[in-house]
Amino acid sequence: MAKIIVVTSGKGGVGKTTTSASIATGLAKRGKKTVVIDFDVGLRNLDLIMNCERRVVYDFVNVINGEATLTQALIKDKHVDNLYILAASQTRDKDALTKEGVEGILNKLAETYDFIICDSPAGIEHGAQMALHFADEAIVVTNPEVSSVRDSDRILGILQSKSRRAELGMDPVGEHLLLTRYNPERVLKGEMLAVEDVKEILAIKLLGVIPDSQSVLNASNQGVPVILDENSDAGQAYSDAVDRLLGEDKEHRFLDIQKKGFFKRMFGG
Amino acid sequence: MSFFDYFKTKKQNTASIAKERLQIIVAHERTTRNQPDYLPQLQQELLDVIRKYVSIREEDIQVQLDKNGNCSVLELNVTLPE
Ligand SMILES: Nc1ncnc2c1ncn2[C@@H]1O[C@H](COP(=O)(O)OP(=O)(O)OP(=O)(O)O)[C@@H](O)[C@H]1O
Ligand SMILES: [Mg+2]
Repeated sequence: MAKIIVVTSGKGGVGKTTTSASIATGLAKRGKKTVVIDFDVGLRNLDLIMNCERRVVYDFVNVINGEATLTQALIKDKHVDNLYILAASQTRDKDALTKEGVEGILNKLAETYDFIICDSPAGIEHGAQMALHFADEAIVVTNPEVSSVRDSDRILGILQSKSRRAELGMDPVGEHLLLTRYNPERVLKGEMLAVEDVKEILAIKLLGVIPDSQSVLNASNQGVPVILDENSDAGQAYSDAVDRLLGEDKEHRFLDIQKKGFFKRMFGG
Repeated sequence: MSFFDYFKTKKQNTASIAKERLQIIVAHERTTRNQPDYLPQLQQELLDVIRKYVSIREEDIQVQLDKNGNCSVLELNVTLPE
């Protein structure tokens, strides 16, 4: 049985696409047949992060409208085996994603894939609701900052009332908190919400903490998901998150200031 | 930054202010979340009725629906002026 995972947040620009690319790549690297779908109709981004922008011929909406088959639209990833990408449409018609259309495609994909990752657009409107509607699990991407935490809580409310699982009275959607752009130094100075604070407020299970890191930008510049930069802090943090998603019990890393940061704090700026 | 400034900024601790504000807003939004659509209108009409007798402000009235198993309780809170 395929597992459908939505990567969602409410607030924009918090790291959903970065996360979708890395989680999907991590799952595929561990041998899981994975497909990642860009639900951000009109604003396609995932193809850039995964460096397949020039290979997009058909997109998600083309398949829904019967203008292309799934096989024609799925793009095979160049970095890892077992990974396919379904690009978002650049149409301006936001209602192009119908519930029936999305359901049909997900059902089809579920026949062959182990994991279906849905990269949600920002907001709590139609596009975001379509991305989360059929989810079995949700990765709620949150920055340690008031508006992001508040929006995450709203998204949790929608998952609990408007998802297919909620509507059918099935087991609720599994909720995972992924705290991204975390800066332990600023937390120590009292300038940034700590991971415990966010956990306490949202009251959901912590999947991982991704440090605020230059390596994310370096990776996106090159079109390589940061999880493949195995020497980077963010890459390792994503890798741990994938292991936890697969049920492994891993201790959280990068919550404290790295050693050299201590001396920098004492003697530097 | 001088030695003393360091402690001053440390005392301010904006993160704890953020946490407090979030706890309040999130708690409030959770109680109003799954409320029926007619609630704002009901609240307005109740306000109009009460105002026939006492002068109260808009924020002095609170209407909330709580579900406890198979029983729903409509909670009406009115703060009367001194
Ligand atoms: N851990 C991180 N450290 C540093 N920068 C990050 C991190 N995560 C994301 N970013 C940067 O934040 C920006 C937004 O990231 P991303 O596009 O993944 O967010 P998004 O939630 O998908 O945005 P949108 O809501 O527009 O779809 C990008 O420039 C990305 O490089
Ligand atoms: Mg995005």
